[in-house]
Amino acid sequence: MKRAILAALGLATSLSVPAAATDIKVGLLLPFSGVYAALGNDIEAGFNLGLERFGDQTSAAFEVVREDTEVKPPVALGKAKKLILQDKVDVMVGIVSSGVLGAVRDMVHGAGVPLIVANAGNDEATGAACSPFITRMSFSNGQVNRPMGTWLHGQGVQKVYTLAPDYAAGRQMIDGFVQSFTAAGGEIVGQDFTPFQKTQDFGPYLAQAKASGADAVYVFYAGGEAISFVKQYDSFGLKTDLPLYGSGFLTSALYVDAEGPAAEGVVTALHYVPTIDNPANKAFAEAFTGATGRVPSEYAVHGYDAARALIEATKAGATDRASLANALRKVSFDGPRGTLSIDPATNNLVQPIYVYETVAGADGLTQTVLAELPAEKDPVNGCVMAPVSN
Amino acid sequence: MTHDLGFWTLQTLNALQLSMLLFLLSIGLTVIFGLMHFVNLAHGSLYAMGAYFGASLAAVGGYWLGFFLAPVAVAGVGVLLYSGLIKRMRRSGPMAQVLVTFGLIFALLDLTRIFWGDLALALDAPALLDGRVAFLGVEYPIYRLFVIVLGLAIFGALAFVLGRTQIGAMIRAGVDNDAMAACLGINVERLFFVVFCVGCALAGLAGVVAAPLLSVTPEMGLQILIPTLIVIVIGGLGSLKGAIAGSMIYGFVQTFGAVLAPQLASILIYALLAAVLVIKPVGLFPAKG
Repeated sequence: MKRAILAALGLATSLSVPAAATDIKVGLLLPFSGVYAALGNDIEAGFNLGLERFGDQTSAAFEVVREDTEVKPPVALGKAKKLILQDKVDVMVGIVSSGVLGAVRDMVHGAGVPLIVANAGNDEATGAACSPFITRMSFSNGQVNRPMGTWLHGQGVQKVYTLAPDYAAGRQMIDGFVQSFTAAGGEIVGQDFTPFQKTQDFGPYLAQAKASGADAVYVFYAGGEAISFVKQYDSFGLKTDLPLYGSGFLTSALYVDAEGPAAEGVVTALHYVPTIDNPANKAFAEAFTGATGRVPSEYAVHGYDAARALIEATKAGATDRASLANALRKVSFDGPRGTLSIDPATNNLVQPIYVYETVAGADGLTQTVLAELPAEKDPVNGCVMAPVSN
Repeated sequence: MTHDLGFWTLQTLNALQLSMLLFLLSIGLTVIFGLMHFVNLAHGSLYAMGAYFGASLAAVGGYWLGFFLAPVAVAGVGVLLYSGLIKRMRRSGPMAQVLVTFGLIFALLDLTRIFWGDLALALDAPALLDGRVAFLGVEYPIYRLFVIVLGLAIFGALAFVLGRTQIGAMIRAGVDNDAMAACLGINVERLFFVVFCVGCALAGLAGVVAAPLLSVTPEMGLQILIPTLIVIVIGGLGSLKGAIAGSMIYGFVQTFGAVLAPQLASILIYALLAAVLVIKPVGLFPAKG
């Protein structure tokens, strides 16, 4: 009798599970402490907002497990293992630092768990180290800067001095710019790579740039270094004679307020600007500001679009690790950044790039979009994409 | 690339500015070490707190309120640290002290994150010090000149107090031989306390002065710790002369290294540190000969 009841129970549960909506377990792997904590928080806020906004379009229900990478590759690898083996997540979202992405890449690839990269921009992740399980919804370092070289030369700038921190991202960002700028006929009159997170004073480099006879300076800095750099550039009064251009992280909405008036007039290029004029962005910006009290940054939009991509994938019928990996690679939609699609050759996002100027607005600094540069696919960079077998 | 005289003047001023910032930070650390034989690795965190207090106070009452009150607030934190932790650790040997103050770095880091959040704060230079002046044939930001002048003024004041006053004589006696100084009737423990608080206040001052040049982030204390330690190891522990010499060496090597040998900029100072440790392990101007 007992056995019969148990059997009936077992039958009932095994029947009821498929009948209910698909449960997708999401591992959110972000830095909530350490140097990139602010980025992690913005991505998470964007991700939650995305689930909320588009969640009713799919029958799947999402359960989110969040883990803190502390921006330390070994810690992140441990957390990734925990998410994959213990929590048995169906999909992972996150990763801010390229170093952390490098550390978890083989684990993710080997275990066959799809990973939506929500920030880390190193070119290799969708190049030589690409994986069918890794889909990038953020940007690649070269992608953000490449269109700017052509555009800047088109503005009549002939000679440029470049500055960036001395680490992989700094070099890839600058290389992307230099390639297209020299191809367009421009000249690089000098380059400096400053010790990463060890440079307190940019004065020596600024004096070099000034003495180089350049028409303009093109830089990549992010976070605390970006704030110091922009403030020091302004304090030397260089902005009028030697206009400052750069990768848009320099004047990111996340910390442009800390730069203050020093950031006014700086022209940079990025894949997202809070003032992009389209209905999807308007709705997103309003909802984000309503939820957090902040203007959405590019990091927030990475999270938002990662959630959207996940929902699109489940709408296409994906239910488990392999089908999610396959579906994520085919995702395409119109979001706050414009029309997005995934390049099947590299799994990197294809998106337009916006050139914007930071200007004084009614309450604090705001951004004026100067140009929308068309979306380009990244070069394949040695990526050999093996298909996911179900 | 050829450069004119103005370029080198500019770089010299840049080097001086960086030196003075490091001097403000290292003098407190080195005197605390010289007098108390106490390694306070959390000194950088006090610098970060100075910047945070400065930014918060400046948001209420302008830059100068922050400038004057942030060091006081950090000295207050110093009082808490001293009575709660450091007094107990006085006799427990350098390894325990290093571990405790190392742990303190992370505790204070997370406290600043809890109170002020992860986003960088702004602290702008006051209107009086905004802009640039023509100086020695170059145009130089007034705020940077202010940092240089302030550093020199603090150096002058400390040189006077340590060299010419009774309390200075007591501190020097304490650094030289604390047991003997105690026998002569000097309350060495109280002296320690005062010096510790002044050291903390100077770290706070360095923080609030650095804030308009840099950015106020939770990690700023960690990023400045290594340069500060290099300064006091090169200069020699416990002496004012060592702190100023170490700061100048660091500032000039870093600045001119960046100009003349940019590829080597990040290792030059470490190479110099290694050379000093090999040739003169006690540093250039140690307090005790």
